[in-house]
Amino acid sequence: MRSGPRPATASQLEEYLRTTEQQTHLRFITCGSVDDGKSTLIGRLLYDSKQVTEDHLASLTADSRTVGTQGDHLDFALLVDGLAAEREQGITIDIAYRFFSTPQRKFVVADTPGHEQYTRNMITAASRADLAVLLVDARHGLLTQTRRHAYLASLFRIPEIILAVNKLDLVGYSKEVFDAIEKDFRVFAAQVGLESTVCIPVSALHGDNITELSHNMPWYSGPTLIAQLETVKVQDLVRDAPMRMPVQLINRVEPSVRGLAGTITAGSVRPGDPVQVLPSGQASTVGRLVTFDGDLDEAVTGQSLTVTLSREIDVGRGDVLVAAVSPPRIADQFEAHIVWMDSNHLAPGRSYLMKIGSLVAGITVARPKYKVNINTLEHTAATTLVMNEIGVCNVRVDRMIPYEPYVESRDMGGFIIIDRLTNDTVGAGLLHFALRRSDNVQWQKVAIDKLQRSVLNGHSPCVVWFTGLSGAGKSTIANIVELSLHDVGRHTYLLDGDNLRHGLNKDLGFTEADRIENIRRVAEVAALMADAGLIVLVALISPYRAERRLARELLSKGEFCEVFVDSTLAVAERRDPKGLYRKARLGQLVNFTGVDSPYEAPESPEVRVDTSTLTPVEAAEAVLKHLRSMAVVSSG
Amino acid sequence: MLYSIGKDSSVMLHLARKAFYPSNLPFPLLHVDTTWKFREMYEFRDQTAATLGLELIVHQNPDCIKLGINPFTHGSDVHTYMWKTEGLKQALDGNGFDVALGGARRDEETSRAKERVFSIRSPQHRWDPKRQRPELWRLYNARKGPGETIRVFPLSNWTELDVWLYIHREGIPLVPLYFAAPRPVIYRDGIITMVDDDRMPLLPPERPSTRSIRFRSLGCYPLTGAIDSEADTVPAIIEEILSTNRSERSGRMIDRDTSQSMEKKKQEGYF
Repeated sequence: MRSGPRPATASQLEEYLRTTEQQTHLRFITCGSVDDGKSTLIGRLLYDSKQVTEDHLASLTADSRTVGTQGDHLDFALLVDGLAAEREQGITIDIAYRFFSTPQRKFVVADTPGHEQYTRNMITAASRADLAVLLVDARHGLLTQTRRHAYLASLFRIPEIILAVNKLDLVGYSKEVFDAIEKDFRVFAAQVGLESTVCIPVSALHGDNITELSHNMPWYSGPTLIAQLETVKVQDLVRDAPMRMPVQLINRVEPSVRGLAGTITAGSVRPGDPVQVLPSGQASTVGRLVTFDGDLDEAVTGQSLTVTLSREIDVGRGDVLVAAVSPPRIADQFEAHIVWMDSNHLAPGRSYLMKIGSLVAGITVARPKYKVNINTLEHTAATTLVMNEIGVCNVRVDRMIPYEPYVESRDMGGFIIIDRLTNDTVGAGLLHFALRRSDNVQWQKVAIDKLQRSVLNGHSPCVVWFTGLSGAGKSTIANIVELSLHDVGRHTYLLDGDNLRHGLNKDLGFTEADRIENIRRVAEVAALMADAGLIVLVALISPYRAERRLARELLSKGEFCEVFVDSTLAVAERRDPKGLYRKARLGQLVNFTGVDSPYEAPESPEVRVDTSTLTPVEAAEAVLKHLRSMAVVSSG
Repeated sequence: MLYSIGKDSSVMLHLARKAFYPSNLPFPLLHVDTTWKFREMYEFRDQTAATLGLELIVHQNPDCIKLGINPFTHGSDVHTYMWKTEGLKQALDGNGFDVALGGARRDEETSRAKERVFSIRSPQHRWDPKRQRPELWRLYNARKGPGETIRVFPLSNWTELDVWLYIHREGIPLVPLYFAAPRPVIYRDGIITMVDDDRMPLLPPERPSTRSIRFRSLGCYPLTGAIDSEADTVPAIIEEILSTNRSERSGRMIDRDTSQSMEKKKQEGYF
């Protein structure tokens, strides 16, 4: 790796070591349409800034001959396209990061894929970029993909844009062609709210206007691409903003002093500064700023350290330490842009996890208000979001969180969505604002709790959740279990799915979203009844693992018993007590579980009863046996 | 934390000590050993662990010991797969480690450039380049399913030069092999190999000669090429890197087997 001219003497080396400490950093992305030449451009930047070493150059020369697409020229794209699949298909699938530097700056460049199906890869790179280089092919002008990328750059608030009009060599280095494209782009940029844009005519393959102004384009007198990258001012708004530090770890500084460890994401802090911990709002003042290299007088954005407080307060990972003079607000319901990134579509109403700062919390996303056509920017109605779609939705977090709108703070307003079952990162969100109602709903403290009620009842509460196909025998078995419990003086209640659909859930149908809401309501009611001290029996198809897990998580450990009433589809269909399978097969009933709607069997239920072989009484006895082991029912 | 004794491991260890200061590291170091490292590496490893009071776990694949796997008779491919890839899997499984930190950097090799900072591996430790989690902002998803493990690469975005500049700034101690000194070497297949012990079979008329050499990257001594160098201080090395025109891993034979060789190794479970 080279970085500028070689220092010749010891004093020049020292000078060099000093200047590297002052080098600024720029993270940028390249994006554009498939054949606009992004990889070629990055290869060219590496080559021209002398980052390509002899052995790499040797394999590049060899590869250019065998798999290159540029005839006798070096195929710079081969320096960047690393994965085997990409080399073979000639496209960039994933993000490739490359590093180069000039005496002024260090650069991290992410080469992002062009196709629409890789939108999620592009926004991943965009989320941390200071600048985007948008490429267009001079022969084709602005394409759908250019517009899409410009919109995404704007949505993710990339502060600076360079429009690089590439392949000018193929249009005779024509000023008219360049001017027309620039004009088109400026109109579009204004429309999507891109403020700071510079347009540069280049040929990545031949190196025109990359590091030196091209003699082929005497009509162009603006900066070269490298010059613009080196000198563009990186907006550093967060440094002057009020202090924010998400707490990552409670770190013991002395045996009796607990410190808050983390990285400052905005502002600066000094000992004695008044601070608050959110969401609790407890106040204190900064004691010491502890680091490996000694205590600091001041810590600024980007520094990682351990902060002690003059008065110890209750704080943990996920809380945010903030300047008391200007704290962010807290809320639990928001409007947000959601970008979906998973092959399973968004399930509105389902409980996912969110990660924001160092906090992981539960989140549900409501049905989208609309989705954005990222090619035309039109808003269209939507019931869900599929991979690479972007929509605006209301979201509900399971607790109050401190936040700032994404447009003001990437760190306090950007979050990811994680699927509870696969643990994959399935979406990204950008907070807009809090919904007013979240400020008004408070928890009321109650004087009598579950424990006191269970003492009075003489038994502890629980929820016994029967899941399985229609006709498997859930209601039958639940009824027998309830009778037996009642006989020995237990307080019980049976929530039957069919019966609830006549009242509580009569507004719901059988679509995926409605089923999720149906299960959620039953889970909430069951949890309330358990809180009231009852043994609650739930008989509900409840086909989705995610929602059954939600039901489990609403209760304390040891209060939930999942019973998998297992029978083959053939057996259940033969029984068909309500004639529903017959209707479903005739097409008179849609979204019927087992026929045209999925059933996700439990992976580790507390009890599994196979009703193809057991009688209902035997199955009920298996459940009661487990309840005895849970000490819900005493034995004998 | 995977500890390979090299400069990247040394930097990662230093960063971890700073991150948890004033507490001690909340995790042990794991060295997946091949028995073929340079002798100075073993000395440095044990001395580092003792000086800093770190818990060090050394794992040597017992199957390799039994079969006497070595780079000379079995070739670098089998040697690396058995000692390092299989050894690492055994050590992670055997100790029940579900998260392992490694010092790999994206600038080392093209397939590494595409790996995430938090890299999820299947229960068989496989890396699936098509099933990687998006990493937005500074938000890393550390959740995993039963049996899955995560490899974390905190130095992903560092370059070789960054590593040396940081070593200079922080005064981080390193294995002496990084600094030029007269050492016994032979020259074979265009690669300068140091004869570190008498296990190295010499092909007549090979005879070790003494040259001033150093290493840019350290691995198993028979598989690690040295460079001719007079750079015996950190600033001299930085100067050398600034003026060199060979890539850092060009001396590492394990990368050479095929052009896609690292991508293949990672899919098999190599870190």
